Amino acid sequence: MKQIKTIAVKEFKDYFISPIAYIVISLFLIVTGWFFFSTFFIFDRADLRDFFSLLPLIFSFIIPAVTMRLFSEEKNVGSYETLLTMPVSFTDIALGKFLAATMFTAAMLIPTLSYPLFISLIGEVDIGPVIGGYIGAVFLAAAYCSLGIFASSLTRNQIVAFIIGTALCFTLTILDKLLFFMPAGILPVIEFLGAGSHFATISKGIVDSRDILYFVSVVFISIFSTHIVMHEKN
Amino acid sequence: MIEVQNLTKYYKDFCAVNRISMTIRKGEILGLLGPNGAGKTTTLRMLTGYLRPTSGTIKVNELNMPEDVLKIKSLIGYLPESAPLYHNMLVYDYLDYVARIKGISDKETRYDRLLRLSELCGLSAIMDKPIADLSKGLKQRVGLAHAMMSDPEILILDEPTSGLDPNQIVEIRDIIKRIGKEKTIVFSTHILSEAEATCDRIAIINNGRVVADDTTLNLKKRVQENSLIRISLQGADPEKALALLKTIDSRLEVTLVDPAEENLVSFEMRSSGDQDFRSDIYLKIKETDWIIVQLAKESQALEKIFRELTREVA
Repeated sequence: MKQIKTIAVKEFKDYFISPIAYIVISLFLIVTGWFFFSTFFIFDRADLRDFFSLLPLIFSFIIPAVTMRLFSEEKNVGSYETLLTMPVSFTDIALGKFLAATMFTAAMLIPTLSYPLFISLIGEVDIGPVIGGYIGAVFLAAAYCSLGIFASSLTRNQIVAFIIGTALCFTLTILDKLLFFMPAGILPVIEFLGAGSHFATISKGIVDSRDILYFVSVVFISIFSTHIVMHEKN
Repeated sequence: MIEVQNLTKYYKDFCAVNRISMTIRKGEILGLLGPNGAGKTTTLRMLTGYLRPTSGTIKVNELNMPEDVLKIKSLIGYLPESAPLYHNMLVYDYLDYVARIKGISDKETRYDRLLRLSELCGLSAIMDKPIADLSKGLKQRVGLAHAMMSDPEILILDEPTSGLDPNQIVEIRDIIKRIGKEKTIVFSTHILSEAEATCDRIAIINNGRVVADDTTLNLKKRVQENSLIRISLQGADPEKALALLKTIDSRLEVTLVDPAEENLVSFEMRSSGDQDFRSDIYLKIKETDWIIVQLAKESQALEKIFRELTREVA
């Protein structure tokens, strides 16, 4: 447990030592800020629905960029060997890195809290969906981070890790938007597999245990797969 | 301390380590010697638990790999080849992180440990520098500090002196010798003089097999039984000299070789048995008017046995 924390703290700090954090955060804020406010005054609604509906799509590009280095870089530099020969288990390493990435994404969301603050100045904001939205965003981020980490554990090339990660996250994002291609019989299954519907319910302010369970399952499966990859590769 | 039985590692179809068995006793400095690609690094990686052996068993202090792998890892300090470290961290931050992972949770203890290691490895002046800015030798020393962080009973060092300048090599060797007084050390190298200078015992590995495993002294003795004498004469006629040298003893095998300098005639004489023929040779030459410029018995015993045992690769 202590070692998970040590690794998580180290990886979290690492983001801010290198320029990655600042680049990714600025990019994220510019993109979300632009897409949100460019239509905000047209719709003239004092809520964050548009911001949250965009998040899955933006996350599926931003989060793989955050997670791509976590394993790939270590493998490339060779520090993976030093790490694995220290008395830590594979699970500790994977969980530590996962927590660091999730914390980082959560930190990335903090500046966006200024949006509801700003909106509350010019209109009345329903606080429920906002809180729900942020809780949902953290769950979504956790799920995508775990997928990104799995992608990173597959290769020593960060670009490959990024592309695989994006492919995985993007698939989950658009799965429930592709339903009209699917045979009617498996529609409910496909819809359940996609991240969109689960995130949508939470961001409306409805915390349903099925949605929470969905995100936790994605995290569990990804981290477990990472563990298997680490085990198989040595 | 470490018991290895029939250790084998295949990479796909390539057999990197082929049924190695050895016992490493407590307090011993063992040198793994071998040409490039002999399987040294693979063997060490299996000892540290980084690679899983295809077959064979590793026992450390009665603990079995892989069931007790975490416990074994905490007994071992490992310095991989070319000391891969996190480049963006400061030396202090890195060592502090390592100390935390190795379970030194108390702040005071951690600080003391870092202080002691920085003195031992000569890092005091660079604790506030980013690792990326360090020279290779300094990185190696940070790696060594990393390996010794938890004060492990066993140190495994993979080519600790590769790529260092002669001064740094001597420094690292001194550190190894100093800590080798209390700890068990296994290190790999392809530099013979290094193994000779630092190890109690040497295992020579070739093509994934142990071809020799003995104390440094015994290994050297083994070669002296097959000694080589080099002689260079001035003012001698090659034919006559050859004939004369052949009359000394029937056990001496004399061959004419290219002389190192002009005007000289050089020979190599091989003999089996531990009899020293140098005085006989001297007396024989004394009867002529030739001048002995060089008369030497091969002293690089280890180099010779190394070449003999690993020749078939080349």
